[in-house]
Amino acid sequence: MKKVIVVGNGMVGYKFCEKLAAHPQRDQFEITVFGEEPRPAYDRVHLSEYFSLKSSDPLLLAPRAWYEENRIELRTSELVSEIDTSIKRIVTHKNNSFQYDYLILATGSSPFVPPLEGVSKTGVFIYRTIEDLEAIEEYAKKLQSQGKYKAAILGGGLLGLEAANATKELGMETSVIEFAPRLMPRQLDQQASDLLIKKIESLGIHVYLGKNSKEIIGSPEITGIDFHDGSSLDVDMLVISAGIRPRDELAIKAGLLTGTRGGIEVNRKMETSDPSIFAIGEVALYNNGIYGLVAPGYEMAGVAVDQITGGEKLMSPTIDMSTKLKLVGTEVASFGDPFLENENAIAIRYENKQKGIYKRINISPDGSKLLGGILVGDASDYNNLFQLYINEIKLPEDAEDLILGARGGDGKSSFGSALDLPDSAQICSCESVSKGDICGSLTSGTCSSLKDVIGLTKASSCCGGCKPMVTELVNETLKSMGQEVKETICEHFEYSRQELYDLVKIHRIPTYNDALDQLGKGHGCEICKPVMASIFASIFMETANRQVGIQDSNDRFLANIQRNGTYSVVPRVPGGEITPEKLVVLGQVAKKYDLYTKITGGQRIDLFGAQLHELPLIWKELIEAGFESGHAYGKSLRTVKSCVGSTWCRYGMHDSVSFAIQIEERYKGLRSPHKLKGGVSGCIRECAEARGKDFGIIAVEGGWNLYVCGNGGANPKHAVLLASQLDDETCIKYLDRFLMFYIRTAAPLMRTAPWLDKLDGGLDYLKKVVVEDSLGIAEELENEMEELVNKFTCEWKEAIESPEMMKRFKHFINTDDSNEELVFVPMREQKMPKPW
Amino acid sequence: MVTMEEYFNTYQSVDPQNVLHWVRVGEVSDFPENAGGCIKYKSKQVAVFHFERTNTWYACQNLCPHKLEMVLSRGMTGDAAGIPKVSCPLHKKSFSLEDGTNLNGEEYRIATYPVKIDNGNVYIGFAD
Ligand code: SRM
Ligand SMILES: Cc1cc2nc3c(=O)[nH]c(=O)nc-3n(C[C@H](O)[C@H](O)[C@H](O)COP(=O)(O)OP(=O)(O)OC[C@H]3O[C@@H](n4cnc5c(N)ncnc54)[C@H](O)[C@@H]3O)c2cc1C
Ligand code: SF4
Ligand code: FES
Repeated sequence: MKKVIVVGNGMVGYKFCEKLAAHPQRDQFEITVFGEEPRPAYDRVHLSEYFSLKSSDPLLLAPRAWYEENRIELRTSELVSEIDTSIKRIVTHKNNSFQYDYLILATGSSPFVPPLEGVSKTGVFIYRTIEDLEAIEEYAKKLQSQGKYKAAILGGGLLGLEAANATKELGMETSVIEFAPRLMPRQLDQQASDLLIKKIESLGIHVYLGKNSKEIIGSPEITGIDFHDGSSLDVDMLVISAGIRPRDELAIKAGLLTGTRGGIEVNRKMETSDPSIFAIGEVALYNNGIYGLVAPGYEMAGVAVDQITGGEKLMSPTIDMSTKLKLVGTEVASFGDPFLENENAIAIRYENKQKGIYKRINISPDGSKLLGGILVGDASDYNNLFQLYINEIKLPEDAEDLILGARGGDGKSSFGSALDLPDSAQICSCESVSKGDICGSLTSGTCSSLKDVIGLTKASSCCGGCKPMVTELVNETLKSMGQEVKETICEHFEYSRQELYDLVKIHRIPTYNDALDQLGKGHGCEICKPVMASIFASIFMETANRQVGIQDSNDRFLANIQRNGTYSVVPRVPGGEITPEKLVVLGQVAKKYDLYTKITGGQRIDLFGAQLHELPLIWKELIEAGFESGHAYGKSLRTVKSCVGSTWCRYGMHDSVSFAIQIEERYKGLRSPHKLKGGVSGCIRECAEARGKDFGIIAVEGGWNLYVCGNGGANPKHAVLLASQLDDETCIKYLDRFLMFYIRTAAPLMRTAPWLDKLDGGLDYLKKVVVEDSLGIAEELENEMEELVNKFTCEWKEAIESPEMMKRFKHFINTDDSNEELVFVPMREQKMPKPW
Repeated sequence: MVTMEEYFNTYQSVDPQNVLHWVRVGEVSDFPENAGGCIKYKSKQVAVFHFERTNTWYACQNLCPHKLEMVLSRGMTGDAAGIPKVSCPLHKKSFSLEDGTNLNGEEYRIATYPVKIDNGNVYIGFAD
């Protein structure tokens, strides 16, 4: 047995263990890992999520039990303090010593703290470990309780911006101080930085560029920073993020060769100057560089494992430093050489200041190769561009299409299919998985689904950035193997939503239980139950009161559950038009039940903090005043927003409010694969933001233009024109057809925009079906919709009128007590749940 | 409000052989089918689930260990590869109703309690 000692249980040290543990020759090694930190290795890349997770468990790369199961001795809170290379032995700070045959140094790096006067003052932090974050959070809370709110980050690089975002989220007024004349100086050019600054400042973070810090002042707590230009900045806390310093102190003491600016020298085998010692991760100096990213570290871990098990794998000759910024409310990415512009490279730039988008690609003079680039504001093409760059794929004729999109043509993407990539194309750089690995695992029969492939290759299991491409590759490969890629909804039903919709309709299956008996198996789950509930509702217009147990938990109680288990109440306010009388009722009810009250982004009013047993009481009063359920909890029609339109507005062309109300009244209660939103604007100024909705109607000369398949949310899409200059009646007819077609065919939880993206034939096909009736189903769709519209009942009214249904709204079955564990805290003049 | 520590002390699984009291919490018809309801015993809130298809009953703490909210009885029930489970209404973390383990591979777990049906009445077994 050979003894392997790993010094450092960080991301790369862990990866080394994981790879060795899975190696066929695993049994020839005895593995011991030392970690200075108190917990097992965790995901430092997602460190900032610690603030929202409030627990480090989800960040762990593997629980302690994993090390035990894999017979790896894990010694946390133990620092290796000495290496004696002559007798192959290490000593720890607890004075324990251990022999090794192979020593793996994965000690990572520590934040570089510039030698400024005052850096050791209270309130100055670094940003690297969970303990750092805990200290920052605690200090921020303390400051806030004293009415102090000013935080600054020293360093405007990738990490600095991440830290800035974090202190801002902690409620601090945050500034970023950067020495260079631009942000992210290693990744962005001036133009990109300028745009990014605008974005960041709009988020409330101030940016100071070209600032050379002189001294940190205050005693003993920091109160400010003085700069060399004579200016100064008041701050109550400072986070230093000015680069990294490899932790090579052990190696230096042991006499291993290190670089003048730090880092342990390694060759392509990851060997240090002592052949039984390897260095991997952020401490390794490879090709004269230190690489502060996980992907190269993981590759190094793989090389080291291969080397000690007798393999011949070498580190790639060049290291790719492409990166995407996480977490600052705007997309930023750079790849390859972002700055290249000389006789060997031409830069193509696109800038749209209005939308805050900047894209730059650097291509070879003959236009055949992509050498690098920058994306700000919209990095959705990052994966595709990165593939073209990293695999040196020949570019299309018009390289500018890559950032502008193909214009005028068939609307097809300029990137082609993922299947066109060469087998060697690296798809997942964190786990270095190639296209060949992914497709090969399917064609060889080892894997037969996306889940198998991820399990086997680990592709997309780290940062997840490549998931869309992995999914596409798996689906396309399965298709090319003649296998139908069946999108079954879950383990209980081997059917897609569309198939289930048809089966329920054709066989008139009356209940979920019957569906399980006839089409599925087991008890069902939280995925198939709501899908089936939606199907029953769309076919029979049944309310959520009929099959209560299969409703998503919000629909079951006809309200949205909030952080503390209380509910919100959102009555329908069609088109956003409300009488003063009704407004008064809302105010009175909110006051009576002590509800937090807010205007929503959907032009209506939300009352928060109602307990389960209060819901029917509240709704009874609202219904008596003429309100109805707003279905804010359902995958169903939410709101149809309106602008004031021609009745009052001097530019209005038609009466948008009346039309919005008419449409909201028509489709209210309609359940669908995902939620549905609409908007009606009185002219092209578009104050109702109708094109940000699943259907948007805009008044134009001669009628209404009907746009479909837009949304706001995580992935905003503008709706596209389906038909123009329609009269009221035709507009509604087309809407009936469009909505019913979507309800019949979309996958679960798929909004209209991704549905259109996936629809074979795209917008042209949709136009044919809806406008030209190419499938001959238009009348059927209209009739189905008409039937649903006629069957509408307010499910809240239904619930409060039935004593049996009312039983549902009780916190306890065996007593009338209410839930005493609820705690609210005051907020401005209202209240909120006690924070998590 | 429950602190982490109190919660660990309050909610501990009870094995059928260790039951000291079988507490009657209602009639079968008081509980929804294929869904949950919540009952109170001393200071505990316990979620009770009736899996009508196999006529089996389960009970577990109402407190979700993820964010310590009293909500599990309002989660959706179902099974994962045959294991009966409940999925929290707040963030959909799923727990086995047989042994309380988290089915998403995380370390949280919940306490479970035995349920007995006798003559149309529902009893939960407690050890305190
Ligand atoms: C209350 C409200 C925020 C507010 O205080 O203004 C809100 C609150 C929630 N939104 Fe929203 N959204 C609200 C307007 C919006 C809007 C604005 C709009 O409708 O014009 C959007 C962007 C437009 C859009 O949907 O395209 C919006 C995009 C989302 C999304 C992202 C959808 C997407 O396709 O990416 C989600 C997540 C989802 O549905 O999966 C979401 C989900 C949610 C949930 C349901 C999250 C949850 O599960 O708890 C929140 C429910 C809170 C509650 O109990 O009411 N909410 N949400 C707004 C209610 C409007 C209403 O009157 O019904
Ligand atoms: C906030 C943040 C965000 C990041 N975001 C990204 C990103 O988006 N993408 C990306 O690719 N990278 C990112 N990184 C960088 C990434 O986390 C590092 O590249 C990676 O963690 C390096 O792994 P490592 O194992 O070399 O070092 P570490 O993960 O730092 O592990 C080294 C470990 O060794 C321990 N150690 C050191 N000396 C000793 C000793 N003598 N004895 C015992 N133990 C010792 C240390 O305590 C530490 O736990 C980010 C880093 C941070 C801090
Ligand atoms: S954006 Fe919507 S889902 Fe997100 S916190 Fe606000 S209300 Fe909740
Ligand atoms: S509180 Fe239950 S899953 Fe988050």
